[in-house]
Amino acid sequence: MKRRTLLQGAALAMIAGRARGAASRARVVVVGGGFGGATAAKYLRLWSGHAIEVVLVEPEAAFVSCPVSNLVLAGQRRLADITMSLDGLQRRHGVRLVHDRASAIDVAGKSVRLARGETIRYDKLVVSPGADLVFDAVEGLAAARDEGRMVQAWKAGPETETLRRQLEAMRDGGTFAITIPEAPYRCPPGPYERASVVAAYLKANKPRSKVLILDANPDVTSKPALFKKAWTDLYPDLLEYRPQSKATSVDARANTVRFEVADDVVADVLNVLPPMRAGRLLFDAGLVDAKDRWATVDFRTFASSVAPDVHVLGDSVLAAPAMPKSGHMANAHAKVAAAAIVAELGGMETDAHPMLTNTCYSYVSATEAIHIASVHTYVDSEKTFRTVPGSGGVSAARSEREADYARAWAKNIWADTLA
Amino acid sequence: MRFALRAANTVAALVAAGAAAAQPAPDANARHVRSMAATCAACHGTDGAAVAGEAMPALAGYPKPALVAQLKAFRDGTREATVMHQIARGYTDDEIDAIATYFATRATTARGRSR
Repeated sequence: MKRRTLLQGAALAMIAGRARGAASRARVVVVGGGFGGATAAKYLRLWSGHAIEVVLVEPEAAFVSCPVSNLVLAGQRRLADITMSLDGLQRRHGVRLVHDRASAIDVAGKSVRLARGETIRYDKLVVSPGADLVFDAVEGLAAARDEGRMVQAWKAGPETETLRRQLEAMRDGGTFAITIPEAPYRCPPGPYERASVVAAYLKANKPRSKVLILDANPDVTSKPALFKKAWTDLYPDLLEYRPQSKATSVDARANTVRFEVADDVVADVLNVLPPMRAGRLLFDAGLVDAKDRWATVDFRTFASSVAPDVHVLGDSVLAAPAMPKSGHMANAHAKVAAAAIVAELGGMETDAHPMLTNTCYSYVSATEAIHIASVHTYVDSEKTFRTVPGSGGVSAARSEREADYARAWAKNIWADTLA
Repeated sequence: MRFALRAANTVAALVAAGAAAAQPAPDANARHVRSMAATCAACHGTDGAAVAGEAMPALAGYPKPALVAQLKAFRDGTREATVMHQIARGYTDDEIDAIATYFATRATTARGRSR
């Protein structure tokens, strides 16, 4: 016992003096200051007893939460309410913030190049870039976006406010249409929540308007029974759901979206969400190897299957069964990766059976919400995460109480990630 | 006497600080339990220090027998819940015991620390 304790003390000392001589400490570079990256940066510092140097590379000055951003579209929150500083990571945890964009990874040389030209060497790299929207997959969409005619607002930020203004400017009797790409995409219930809370706004303010959901998938991807019940109960004449509607092109001047099979749709406000894939940085570094869209990892550590010193988190990962691309899941990935990196850099064994939880709340009106929850554990024989049998589930019914929890969930996960 | 007490406290604080600095890394099981407890943190705060004034209770310093009892009541459905019964069913008796031990030994001063 005593010997073990001594050895582990030595392990921490090892972290402190690793790789580049006793004068320097082990360095982990984290790319991306979202739910995955920010959480990883914080927990790497906490769990190494502040022995590991952590550099967080994020071009944006502030974190803007995608969860709750649909309420900005509905006029129930302001963008400022979901915008938070990253400075707490530096002030409270000693993470070094670098406000720049990572432009390339040199896997062999273990360094990251930044857009402004600086190169940062790493002992371990964490990449958590979110999902990239593939605008080119829908003809005309990139141009419509460049002209400022169509926004996605799928990464919360200025586009969220633009879409809000478009909805405010829409006439009573107008149509808001949202198209959903084939799964997997970031935030499975997000598009349905967006349609629901926009419907709530229109019902209260422009009741002759319509909301159209045009879904490339065969059915609602997440919480289908709960969403459909909310739509039937709350927005029977206002909201229409159409499955099997895969958008192929848009004509921004004619406000028209065309589909593989279904009829063209003309709408006053169009929110066309294109297919998604792993962040470009990962493609360029050769770390995307699953169906040419997502990065595969060793789920015990989230180390890339291609480059073991590069850990990939969040939406960019080829998900395990029943693992959503969510902020909560990215936060959970980050902790598994942080624990593994602290162990590895200290010469200790990594956790053989990590666990993850996920809870996604969705508002279905101004006052009511629903959730889906799951608990995942690593299964040796399958080398992947599986949900624990008997665990998880969805709300019994939508409720105001769950809207309270949704707000509390957001405040807590923001704090766990950033504060 | 008061001075002596204060001096003694200072010495104790210095010893505690020194002990903290020299603290060995937790062993493999302790690290596994810490990671498991961290699956609660997204909703209940880092190390159980939940945001004050919101629906989720802080778990830091929560008495172990009470936390074990609550989690098991969620799990078997004797305590009504919106989501916690679904979460609690993801953990075995041993895991619940270990998580409850972890939170019971977190500093209560962290409880309700708001950010």
